[in-house]
Amino acid sequence: MSGIVTAGADLFAQALTDQAVPVTRVDWQPPMPGTADDLIAVAADPLRTDANEKAAAAMLAVQATLVDVAPASEVLGLERGQFLHAGPPIEWERASGPLRGALMGAAALEGLVADPEEAAGLFGAGDLSLEPCHHHGTVGPMAGVVSPSMWMFVLEDQASGRRTYCSLNEGLGKVLRYGAYSPDVLERLRWMSSTLGPLLATAVQRVGPVDVTGILAQMLQMGDEAHNRNRAGTLMLLRDLAPALVETAVESGFDAGFNNREVAQALSFIGGNDHFFLNLAMPACKLALDAARDIPGSTMVVAMARNGTDFGIQVSGTGDEWFTGPAQLADGLFLGDYGPEDANPDIGDSAITETAGIGGFAMATAPAIVRFVGGTVPDALATTRRMHEITLTENSRWAIPVLDFAGTPTGIDVTAVCRTGILPQINTGMAGKQAGVGQVGAGLVTPPAEIFPKALAALAQQSATRLPGTERTVAP
Amino acid sequence: MTDHVEIRPGAYADSVSLLQVSRDVAAVPGVVAAQVAMATPLNLEVLDGMGFAIPDSTPNDMVVALRLAEPDALDPALAAVAAALAATGRRTDDSERSVPPRTTRSALRGTDADLVLVSVPGQYAFVEAMDALDAGRDVMVFSDNVPLAQEVALKRVAADRGLLVMGPDCGTAMVGGVGLGFANTTAPGPVGIVAASGTGCQQLMCLLDSAGVGVAAALGVGGHDLGDEVGGLSTRTALQRLDQDPAVEYIVVVSKPPAAAVAAEIEKLAESLSTPVGFALLGPGRPDLTAAAEQVLAALGIDTPQWPTWGTTNSVVEQVAPFETVAERPPQDRQQPSSRPPSESGLIRGLFVGGTLASEAAQIMGSSAEHTVVDFGDDALTQGRAHPMIDPTLRLDHLARAAADPDTAVLLLDVVLGHGAEPDPAAALAPAIEQVRKEHGLPVVTSCVGTESDPQGLTRQAERLAAAGAEVYLSNAAATRRAIELAGASK
Repeated sequence: MSGIVTAGADLFAQALTDQAVPVTRVDWQPPMPGTADDLIAVAADPLRTDANEKAAAAMLAVQATLVDVAPASEVLGLERGQFLHAGPPIEWERASGPLRGALMGAAALEGLVADPEEAAGLFGAGDLSLEPCHHHGTVGPMAGVVSPSMWMFVLEDQASGRRTYCSLNEGLGKVLRYGAYSPDVLERLRWMSSTLGPLLATAVQRVGPVDVTGILAQMLQMGDEAHNRNRAGTLMLLRDLAPALVETAVESGFDAGFNNREVAQALSFIGGNDHFFLNLAMPACKLALDAARDIPGSTMVVAMARNGTDFGIQVSGTGDEWFTGPAQLADGLFLGDYGPEDANPDIGDSAITETAGIGGFAMATAPAIVRFVGGTVPDALATTRRMHEITLTENSRWAIPVLDFAGTPTGIDVTAVCRTGILPQINTGMAGKQAGVGQVGAGLVTPPAEIFPKALAALAQQSATRLPGTERTVAP
Repeated sequence: MTDHVEIRPGAYADSVSLLQVSRDVAAVPGVVAAQVAMATPLNLEVLDGMGFAIPDSTPNDMVVALRLAEPDALDPALAAVAAALAATGRRTDDSERSVPPRTTRSALRGTDADLVLVSVPGQYAFVEAMDALDAGRDVMVFSDNVPLAQEVALKRVAADRGLLVMGPDCGTAMVGGVGLGFANTTAPGPVGIVAASGTGCQQLMCLLDSAGVGVAAALGVGGHDLGDEVGGLSTRTALQRLDQDPAVEYIVVVSKPPAAAVAAEIEKLAESLSTPVGFALLGPGRPDLTAAAEQVLAALGIDTPQWPTWGTTNSVVEQVAPFETVAERPPQDRQQPSSRPPSESGLIRGLFVGGTLASEAAQIMGSSAEHTVVDFGDDALTQGRAHPMIDPTLRLDHLARAAADPDTAVLLLDVVLGHGAEPDPAAALAPAIEQVRKEHGLPVVTSCVGTESDPQGLTRQAERLAAAGAEVYLSNAAATRRAIELAGASK
């Protein structure tokens, strides 16, 4: 007998220990209230184990490469008056301050209004189209607003040809994605469209596909968790692109025709924005998770996203359905004079990083930022270890040195969340709740607990249809 | 006297641990009564019975209810609750993980364990057991109250994958020399047991041990396995496993008679095996467990010994080491209760912790007299509380009540030893027996199912029970027959 696992009465575990048998004790606790019957139905689903293995394998097989940088109008077919936003679907009336602020700023950027303040009326009247980024293969940090003129990173899994998209990162502080729309915010965005985007496009064309998944693996060993810390990743990207950016300027007569000053500006903008790589980490994660979508019977979460009002998840086995609940307030540190009363509830598609097994799930590898997100180093180690309890597998490519190179916990399992009550740990920035304010802090947040039992109930309903002849097994 | 009641949402500990917590806290000076329990309907009833007013709660909440002699006792009492709760949890024998596994699935990831023992409340057992099967491991489900449809689903999956599901409601097993659940310690030997009954299996093992015959493996299959719905799925796997075990020379199947269709198939399978298979099928008009043990001994060519007794006229103990109290109180005294006139109805009150032992006793008594047998291990009586082999409180309460009933002529009990059972059952039971003997003069007969190698020690326990005035038998069937004899004599 090489060992026994016990779940339940401690007494029997002790009896085995008394017989000198190696015992692993499950620290078992009852599942989330009201989930017992659905957990049984899903556990009995004959498709479940294979479906989850398939989902996890598909996710891990994806190799994300940066293949292009181009305007949203071109690669997403966005037209004047069309806007994408972070999180599950939402209408203007229910939109939070930062989302409204970002949409107003984007409307001015697109020339729909002269003054962002005028845009509220247009959105309120329903004259403009609002859709989630996720419905267009896209992810957006914080408010996640994408409008036709914004330039997008284009990521591709070369084996499948599947693509995902994300806008370019504007930096921290007063920025559109945090709901700020002052003239300097819009000025920066115009420069990004006129100069940064085209420069990056030529550089990417020159160096060929950039291995984003590979950079992610390296940055995780350099103290980044790729959500709230992207410093190493940003510098590695810069290392890969800088020669091509310079060459672009050196070769006079090159199509884009940029001068030295513009290239220097671009280099210092990228190098000076520690979060620049976030907008590559996010679509890389989405590209991996999209490969795991729509596998009947799979209980794996393929998206977690927030629009500042609702927190939503999508699950592989339940297609495009969103399971939503109220977005929570983050717990963390505030910039300057800001305090908890200034913060908007959780917002952004950036929780795609946690969904893929980095960000908060890789907290152990980023001790440098544990204070910023309100914790200690032991907390960080414990967080990553705890996330293994709710994930299907680990990503051996994303190995954490301090945990003896254990892979990051990857593939959130709805059933495991419901069984343990452990919620995914998300590292996040905090936007001001008033439109126009911008970032007020950063911290830790979890999804609202109730969305996991909702998703589980939908999975259970499908499981029941796959068990012909057996009445649904119901506990007394 | 003040009451302190608090609800702790989201706190959880198993009922056995909480029982220990409650006891520890009740022992704190200034604490008159203490009950720390999950707020299940049954526990709420108990709390209500104790006179505590409990605010709204759900079964996932922990209730801490304290009755204090002085309000000052609250702080030390709460400190004792915290200390006792802390002592129950997390032992760090798996010290490499700083985060203890929360599901069977995650526990199995970090270990090469070859078996899973599930004893969570019945409505949650399926999911944990499925984790074991998904990871290619055998599983023993101790939990009771698992719906039959779930048992069938589990066993179908296991059969497809060549895995064994022991249970649900599997009280005992011995695999690879390790006792699981309520398990007696016996020497390795030639017998392989497939048991649909927990205490039935324990009785058989202990009788064989007393006859010097060891057991290679005992695989429990759960009481429903040989019914029509389950169709003997686990019995088949168990038979094949034992047949493949070179140590097993003789297999015995202990069960209620199988459903007709299942019986034919199992018999056919048994005939196809290279190891001889005997069936000890229990039920009205059939041989009892002791007869089954004798049948196994006969098959192995071993003479049946005299089964040991303590505190009886033919007691083995008296011959070997005469016990003082036995000499002081000759057995005749016990047949003629002194403190009250003989019961006219001559009824036996059987108060049992072992399910199969209870039904065996009832079957031997037959339906001719209105004797009563209560099985405190019955599903209906264990909802929300620990098995009576762990927590004797419920039976001890009833013991006094049954003894006070003027219709009662004889009290018939069982005591089951082994791993998992109370560390010292006689400690609480012997004084209760003594009191019954003293106050009511009632004869008390008990079986004591155990072995010398059990942590409690068969002789030590049996001698204490005998010293308290009980007649003690290793054989439950013999104990029951003795009770019938005494009941007849009391009329």
